[in-house]
Amino acid sequence: MRLKSWGNYPHVEGENYPVVSDDDLTDVLTQKTSLIVQGNNRSYGDSAFAQTVIDMKARDHFLDFDTKKGILELQAGALISDVLESIVPKGWILPVLPGTQLITIGGAIASDIHGKNHHNVGTFCQFVKSLRLMLSNGEIIKCSNTENVQAFRATCAGMGLTGIILDATIQLAPISSNRIKQTSHKTKNLKHTFEIFNENNDSSYSVAWIDCLAKDQELGKSVVMLGEHETEGELEYKYKSRHKMPFYLPSFVLNSWSIRLFNWLYYFKTKKKSQSVQLQSFFFPLDSIVDWNKMYGKSGFVQYQCVIPLEHSYEGIKALLNKISDSKQGSFLAVLKRMGCANDNLLSFPMEGYSLALDFKVNKKTLELLDTLDEIVKQYNGRLYLCKDARMSEDTLNHGYKNAEKFRKFRQDTESNKTFNSYQSTRLKL
Amino acid sequence: MSTVLIIGANSDIAKATARVYAGFGYDLILAASSLEVLDPFVNDLKIRYDRNIDTIELDILNYQSHAEICKNIPKHIDGVIVAVGYLGDQFKSQNDFDETQKITDTNYTGIVSVLNIIANDFEKRKSGFIVAISSVAGERGRKKNYQYGAAKAALTTYLSGLRNRLYDKGVSVLTVKPGFVLTKMTRGLDLPEKLTAQPKEVALAIYSAQQKGKDTLYYYKKWRLIMWIIRMIPEKIFKRLDL
Ligand SMILES: Cc1cc2nc3c(=O)[nH]c(=O)nc-3n(C[C@H](O)[C@H](O)[C@H](O)COP(=O)(O)OP(=O)(O)OC[C@H]3O[C@@H](n4cnc5c(N)ncnc54)[C@H](O)[C@@H]3O)c2cc1C
Ligand SMILES: NC(=O)c1ccc[n+]([C@@H]2O[C@H](COP(=O)([O-])OP(=O)(O)OC[C@H]3O[C@@H](n4cnc5c(N)ncnc54)[C@H](OP(=O)(O)O)[C@@H]3O)[C@@H](O)[C@H]2O)c1
Repeated sequence: MRLKSWGNYPHVEGENYPVVSDDDLTDVLTQKTSLIVQGNNRSYGDSAFAQTVIDMKARDHFLDFDTKKGILELQAGALISDVLESIVPKGWILPVLPGTQLITIGGAIASDIHGKNHHNVGTFCQFVKSLRLMLSNGEIIKCSNTENVQAFRATCAGMGLTGIILDATIQLAPISSNRIKQTSHKTKNLKHTFEIFNENNDSSYSVAWIDCLAKDQELGKSVVMLGEHETEGELEYKYKSRHKMPFYLPSFVLNSWSIRLFNWLYYFKTKKKSQSVQLQSFFFPLDSIVDWNKMYGKSGFVQYQCVIPLEHSYEGIKALLNKISDSKQGSFLAVLKRMGCANDNLLSFPMEGYSLALDFKVNKKTLELLDTLDEIVKQYNGRLYLCKDARMSEDTLNHGYKNAEKFRKFRQDTESNKTFNSYQSTRLKL
Repeated sequence: MSTVLIIGANSDIAKATARVYAGFGYDLILAASSLEVLDPFVNDLKIRYDRNIDTIELDILNYQSHAEICKNIPKHIDGVIVAVGYLGDQFKSQNDFDETQKITDTNYTGIVSVLNIIANDFEKRKSGFIVAISSVAGERGRKKNYQYGAAKAALTTYLSGLRNRLYDKGVSVLTVKPGFVLTKMTRGLDLPEKLTAQPKEVALAIYSAQQKGKDTLYYYKKWRLIMWIIRMIPEKIFKRLDL
């Protein structure tokens, strides 16, 4: 059976295997080799694909909720949208939220995801009090910062390669309103963008949308958006999606003019400096268009997300933007983010510095361009985000992830490398 | 607070529907043939939505028990949703009447046994809604699943009559006709991706159609056209097809 990733690239062969009970899981483990767990398939590349894909979405039960302390225990297949629908009305929120609410708790842990507040609070896994992991031999262990610590560090950001995350206990953060006070700054160029980030490093949430086709004097011009939770208001929360992309758009729609137009519209739409917006429109602007990934046409797209350490961030990001702007291959989505400190999870992506994320429609030219971008990232000691990756080389991985060897050793010691192998881990010899 | 009775609550479509109704503030009574399997789900519902969830044991094939069970429903119910169904094994049913009977009785006779009682009650008090899941399979008999299809056709006809009878009593009846849905019933079958819905989508569509007082819901919507075309094919031609 042909399986497609979110980015519609690559297409791979595989078999989808939905699981409900623990017995279903042990059954697959004994029957199959070369398998990987899949959440809601919102990672862009090939990390959630193998010959056998274990579909965890039906394992989505909430197990316990301490509404006083804000501690939620739930199965790994539960979606963040469902979690928010249930916890926001009770005055709680997940302390780390990605750019879409359509991902599972398992996916959030396996990628150790970050949000617009990484510079303040760190990653998702830093709020995971404990998790239960099914190993390749079917044994179930509990791991946390104090119990089976090695397994915890390898599993958080471990891309499903250490075992199957069954359930997790998560510390939530209190809120008293379902709205965010959003302030936007238009900047003139990259220097200006960095200045605004620096001046607002104490702001709870921050993110910049870059017009990546702007050139020369205007290179790096963007809208920086800052956010603070409102302190008063309602707590209602209902997941809403609106427009459905009915079909794959033909490629010509995506020439650089349409990209320019989109960038321009986005840039000028943000007229007002400060406004109060719903949580959903602040955190998940893209979710309002169902299947926006189809906008890139049938050949699919890849996302490129890298982080460059602070001491080289400015030169590094500038070099990358220059290359992208020259190539005219850039996407309408270019996101710049100030990152806080790295954590101890072996393959965790964030590190103190700036992260840049862009989409590219797949063709030979862009794939070559991405190889050139890799060289720039390496030159400045940065790294690429595994859950967005469909094409980096083993060398690029090793260069960016100093703990990759330790991770490989953990896989050998626990023999998880004999069972859990995604197309990505095979490519990267993880 | 309004309460909905869901019969066949362990069905994947029913579970998704239970979440939608609880999310919109309904209390629930879940009826299933085994309560033990339902336990973790009931716990999940309570945590997610803070609603009152009751459960009752009900075997749709145990007709004698239905009157007593319905009499003892712990609360006043505002509506009922029936999701019980059994696809069965068409090939087996051709040689084994027990299988034929199970298909017919689970999809039709048993449901009628329960709905007769509830319909009388709703009629008397002049309120309530009835939702039952039939299938597009009931629109034309095909060699691959005509035992199931025939039972669903009977259910659709029954619901249409019930709707007609209860119309001026203020009781609404919704016939749900899903095409393919990804559930434990269809697990392992090779379903066409573009025509296969998720239980959650069906659940939202059921809620919305029921709230609007609609009569029939095809899901996906395009099944209405597909089935119209299939019904239009002359029998002379249809009998030769391998659909
Ligand atoms: C529009 C959009 C915006 C995004 N924004 C952000 C963002 O702001 N920040 C960020 O960090 N990421 C972001 N992402 C990436 C996304 O958060 C990650 O790819 C996430 O892992 C997807 O979760 P999923 O449930 O879809 O998992 P999948 O894509 O299905 O799987 C991802 C990985 O997790 C593993 N996995 C999933 N479930 C389990 C489990 N139960 N046990 C073990 N391993 C498991 C898989 O094996 C795979 O390696 C974004 C993605 C999209 C599409
Ligand atoms: N999935 C599809 O593609 C599709 C398409 C069209 C129509 N439908 C219809 O949709 C409805 C829901 O099905 P589903 O897809 O959600 O499949 P499902 O999960 O298999 O649900 C069927 C349910 O019927 C229950 N049931 C069977 N025999 C019973 C009995 N004797 N007493 C009480 N309950 C009994 C089952 O209970 P247990 O779980 O305890 O076995 C099960 O929960 C069914 O009517 C089905 O015919 C489904």
